[in-house]
Amino acid sequence: MEKNCYAIELKGITKHFGPVLANDSIDLGLQRGEILALLGENGSGKTTLMNMLSGIYLPDAGEILADGHPISIRSPKDAFAHGIGMIHQHYKLVNVFTAAENIVLGMEQEKKLDIKQTNARVREICQRYGFEIDPEKKVYDMSVSEKQTLEIVKVLYRGAEILILDEPTAVLTPQETDRLFAVLRNMRSDNKAIVIITHKLNEVMAISDKVAVLRKGKYIGTIPTAETNPQALTDMMVGRAVSLNIDRPWNDQQTERLLVRDLSCYDHEHVKKLDGVSFTAMGGEILGVAGIAGSGQKELLEAIAGLCPIAGGSILYKSPAGGQEELVGMSPMQIRKKGISLAFIPEDRLGMGLVGSMGMTGNMMLRSWRKGSGPFVKRKEPKALANKVLQDLEVVTPGIEFPVRKLSGGNVQKVLVGREIASSPSVLMTAYAVRGLDINTSYTIYNLMTEQKMKGAAVIFVGEDLDVLLELCDRILVLCGGKLSGIVDARRATKEEIGLLMTSVGGKEEA
Amino acid sequence: MKTLDTVVLLLIAAITYGTPLLYGTLGEVLTERSGNLNLGVEGILFMGGAFGLGGVYYCEKLLGTPSGIAAIAIALLCAFLAGALASLIFSFITTTLRANQNVTGLALAIFGTGVGQFAGEMMRVRAGGYVTVSNELKAVFTSSPFPQFMKDIPYVGQLLFGNSHFFYIGVILAVLMHLFLKKTRKGLYLRAVGENPATADAAGISVTRYKYLATIIGGGISAIGGVVYIVTTAGCTWNNEGLSGVGWLAVALVIFCLWRPLSALWGSVLFGALMILYMRLQLSFIPTELYKILPYVVTVVVLILSSLRNNKEKQPPEGLGLAYFREDR
Repeated sequence: MEKNCYAIELKGITKHFGPVLANDSIDLGLQRGEILALLGENGSGKTTLMNMLSGIYLPDAGEILADGHPISIRSPKDAFAHGIGMIHQHYKLVNVFTAAENIVLGMEQEKKLDIKQTNARVREICQRYGFEIDPEKKVYDMSVSEKQTLEIVKVLYRGAEILILDEPTAVLTPQETDRLFAVLRNMRSDNKAIVIITHKLNEVMAISDKVAVLRKGKYIGTIPTAETNPQALTDMMVGRAVSLNIDRPWNDQQTERLLVRDLSCYDHEHVKKLDGVSFTAMGGEILGVAGIAGSGQKELLEAIAGLCPIAGGSILYKSPAGGQEELVGMSPMQIRKKGISLAFIPEDRLGMGLVGSMGMTGNMMLRSWRKGSGPFVKRKEPKALANKVLQDLEVVTPGIEFPVRKLSGGNVQKVLVGREIASSPSVLMTAYAVRGLDINTSYTIYNLMTEQKMKGAAVIFVGEDLDVLLELCDRILVLCGGKLSGIVDARRATKEEIGLLMTSVGGKEEA
Repeated sequence: MKTLDTVVLLLIAAITYGTPLLYGTLGEVLTERSGNLNLGVEGILFMGGAFGLGGVYYCEKLLGTPSGIAAIAIALLCAFLAGALASLIFSFITTTLRANQNVTGLALAIFGTGVGQFAGEMMRVRAGGYVTVSNELKAVFTSSPFPQFMKDIPYVGQLLFGNSHFFYIGVILAVLMHLFLKKTRKGLYLRAVGENPATADAAGISVTRYKYLATIIGGGISAIGGVVYIVTTAGCTWNNEGLSGVGWLAVALVIFCLWRPLSALWGSVLFGALMILYMRLQLSFIPTELYKILPYVVTVVVLILSSLRNNKEKQPPEGLGLAYFREDR
């Protein structure tokens, strides 16, 4: 009897992306008048699962029941027809349209385009749930939270009974988050079923009635929020993964290399991404950086590399030879000219790191094109380097002139890492260096990092897998919402400790 | 009095020269509103000119002189079909095969001028050196739809009511296009496709259908500009020299009028005036070549101004020139 009251029930949902199993036979039930939090680490399959409910992906196996009847959702339109509305992490809005114009997009049932009537209905919805939105305001004039409100109004306007919010609080300020939660509670009282995807534990505790946990594509379980706590949830979310054995020698010749003080940055949407971060990176150690995706990791590395405009603070570089240099305000070229050897392995390998349509030689030259005299580039040295990288790192490619874009992800990463470490950097920064790589290549990369560490480089390793961070790094810096949440000794810290630091500054539970 | 006459005459000539531009621009506005940047307007105009003239010429030869309205309809239809066909090629390559729009557009410009030139020259050679239609038809093409007494109103009569049929059809088209884009649901959807195809797609709008239709109809409208030039200014003979460059100006004019059909009206007259200024307002110390680059100079100035001005409304469609692929995330 109890099963019949699920608004939507998923049974044995499975989804593959090529060889990757994103969702493995997941069962989940949503009830009306209830907020369900879907919790899991990055890549645990939360968004994939919800995209199948909203008609973006088709499940490979399993069935979806609405009020006990099997349904099939083949497109966003089918999802709307069943009253399912999803608010995506990246808003889908037309900037030069008004709120009302965005809302009527794709609404075929009304014959005539009557913006006035739409405006009236939008105002009515706003009043009912306590939104503040002006239907005649253009999207480009809206703040991030207004855009999100608009997305919610959009699905409500279509008569959604089941709302899915994908990390709705990622870009909101705490005040805006509170306002969103108030609206969600209003909708809950209006007997709607709500799913909120998040990995912020304090929010889960604050808003949800039940928590469902996914881990690496598998469904772990659902528990009432009242009967659990952040610690237990972290355990469920992270699980007991197989311990990795990474060789971690101790370099006893550590010297201060980078002194970062009160560093703050904004992104292009004027959201504060880094907020007064201070730390010291030592030469001869691997400093891990942990944090929920988008907590400021990217900005931290780009700020040091001279790629991200800095709002305040200082980055002091102490060279192994003894001199020191302020890096804030310098372009990558100026940094290079000062003889500071920074190596940056960005998250977006083919976008920022390599030129996809060039071969290995050409990509090696991106680092050395200023060498040599006269108008002609020297191809000999880069070619030798390309051959060396090819052999040392066992890059699988038909030839060193083969476009790197066509290589597999792991080989692309090897080319990039090979080039960066060839310059024997004094600071080596990597962002998600092993993302998308198989286990063997990952180990190759870890060993290369350790090798650089033993050579005295300061290695800053941004990672997402806490197990790896704990095994590989000497210290781990944890970011939470752009703030420095804590720096822990990787040899002593536990995953739970880091997990708590990731979700709340200083590791304290927020009231 | 003398200056007033000069100005009126200049304006009338500007309208005559601006009408082909008006069609070229209107068509390209529609195309670009769907997010497709079709740089092949030049080639489309050539094809429209050659096939439009060919349609009228062979029709008259085979069936005898058609009535006024029929002749205009044949010219418009033949040109439209030629342009639509060229744009269908463009749509297939860019929307279905997702090739680069700039490269495809440039290729179409070269291809279209070649095809137009080939067809036009072939007609000429086949006809023994000279292709033209009867004098009755020439008169029809340059005549105005309004009665004589309206044209006799001093000063404004000729200016307002003395232009060719094609100009008034163009005005009606511009107004219709404005209403379509601003007031109808389909127009709103089309703009959404051009601005943000991913959003339109998620809202259940068929991006491919809108892109194809807008580009094909837009290309057809652009092509009418070619035949309008041939049957009015060029006197119903194939004249590739006068036609060359008009397509590029139309592309520039789309930017100048900020993708708005109503602005294309006065914009095309202004550009028409700039094109003929060297014949009407001669100053001995300025070489005619300098006059002839005026439209391009104005375009460059407008481009600079519009990029300086940080007005979110007066920007190109956000998705302009970008291929859309659903699985790209």
